[in-house]
Amino acid sequence: MKIICAVAGVAVKELYRRKDFYVLLIVTILICLVMGSVNVFNDDKVIRYLKELALLLIWISTLIIAITTTARQIPAEKEQRTLLPLLAKPLSRNQLIVGKFLGCWVACGLALICFYIFFGALAASREHAWPLLNYFQAALLHWFALGVVVALALFGSLVFAAPSSNSTICFVIVATILCLGRYLDAVALAQSEPIRSIFYAIYFAIPHLEIPFGMRNLIVHNWPLVEWKFIALDAIYLLAYIALFLAAACLVFRRKPVN
Amino acid sequence: MNTILKTEKLRVEFKTRQLGKATTKVALNGLDLAVQAGEVFGFLGPNGAGKTTTMNVLLGFIQPTGGAAYLFGIDVRQPIARQRIGYLPELTYYYKFLNAEEILRFYAKIFKIPNAEAEKRIDFVLKLVELQHARKRLIKTYSKGMQQRVGLAQALINNPDLLILDEPTSGLDPVGRMKVRSIIQRLKNEGRTVFFSSHEMGEVETICDRIAIINNGELKAVGSVSEISSQHGANLEKAFLDIIGFQPEAVA
Repeated sequence: MKIICAVAGVAVKELYRRKDFYVLLIVTILICLVMGSVNVFNDDKVIRYLKELALLLIWISTLIIAITTTARQIPAEKEQRTLLPLLAKPLSRNQLIVGKFLGCWVACGLALICFYIFFGALAASREHAWPLLNYFQAALLHWFALGVVVALALFGSLVFAAPSSNSTICFVIVATILCLGRYLDAVALAQSEPIRSIFYAIYFAIPHLEIPFGMRNLIVHNWPLVEWKFIALDAIYLLAYIALFLAAACLVFRRKPVN
Repeated sequence: MNTILKTEKLRVEFKTRQLGKATTKVALNGLDLAVQAGEVFGFLGPNGAGKTTTMNVLLGFIQPTGGAAYLFGIDVRQPIARQRIGYLPELTYYYKFLNAEEILRFYAKIFKIPNAEAEKRIDFVLKLVELQHARKRLIKTYSKGMQQRVGLAQALINNPDLLILDEPTSGLDPVGRMKVRSIIQRLKNEGRTVFFSSHEMGEVETICDRIAIINNGELKAVGSVSEISSQHGANLEKAFLDIIGFQPEAVA
């Protein structure tokens, strides 16, 4: 575990010594502050739209951080040849994969905390309320969803040579799941065989990231808390996908030449 | 004597595809090597002879097609075989966003060295490679020679019994070369085993107890510098050219 934590620590340090995270945080803050300073259409409930927009920006920013940070981990190690002295140590390839995953996931978690603190302050300044448990539920599932994205990008970084192609493919997959994932079963119903089975297979195979994405409504509309057992079930569901992608990454990396 | 590094009939093939045609390149062909404890072993050969491939197999970077390789009697495919070794690659680049101290601390953690001991080792190796003054500076601000010395420091962080160095002085200026050589000499005096590849014959003659020469993936000669030189009635450079079958008139 000490080895995995050491590898993870370097990945976390990398994120916080690069500019990506700070740029995204500042851009999100600026957009939200500008939007929050004007009352479009004189709507009293404009805060709802502001919250919706801020959460959408937070989702986009954290997805960018998760995918771009993870996609370059192994390719950058290869390109800069830091992988050689690293693998020449008593470190297994599986430990490296798990360490990289953990580092990127924790880094995303820390970024998420910063984003949600800003969001909380923004919302509280208008609503004068701190529904902390709602925030916690939404942020927790958001973090688990980012875990799936990180594991997917890590797997992709071993399959696709260039980080840019991997990042693009991951963005397309995640955006498709977020936008269309929930409708696939309905689309399948309208199809004839064998297309129906194919759509159903895709529907059941993909990780439904739109579930944690939908948790935004809990905060936007001030809905009551979701029962904790459902949060736990969704977390377990997302953890299963994380394990699946990590296992696939370990399998691909196991015998891959690194010279 | 205690054999620290051993290869048995090591064979490595690379499959490539050129113009749609599958071709197989034999990088190593039945390589048998044995390095004894406490010796400095030079591994020589022209470019593309298979030196780096041999090191890559020893370090577990690539899987051999046939044969086996052992470090301290342990199959190199097991990570634990690398617990007592230090490795310096030919071109060293390290995490640009870390400083020397952080890099060494990171590698010390991988070796599971306790924190207090790791700090002492970091002080020691940074002093050894004369980088104490720059320990807090980010690696990206280092010169090439300084980066090579960080590489040497990371290779020594676990106080290894075997050092594997891939052309440790390549690309360095004369001062940098001299510093790296003096460190290898010091390790030799301490009784450590060093396995290194080099193109510098003068360096090899000065430092090595024994050498091996490979060409086209096959072992051509093994022995002490004096043995090999005397067998060919010439100095090491001429003996080396003779062994690899280099004909000067072909160039002329």
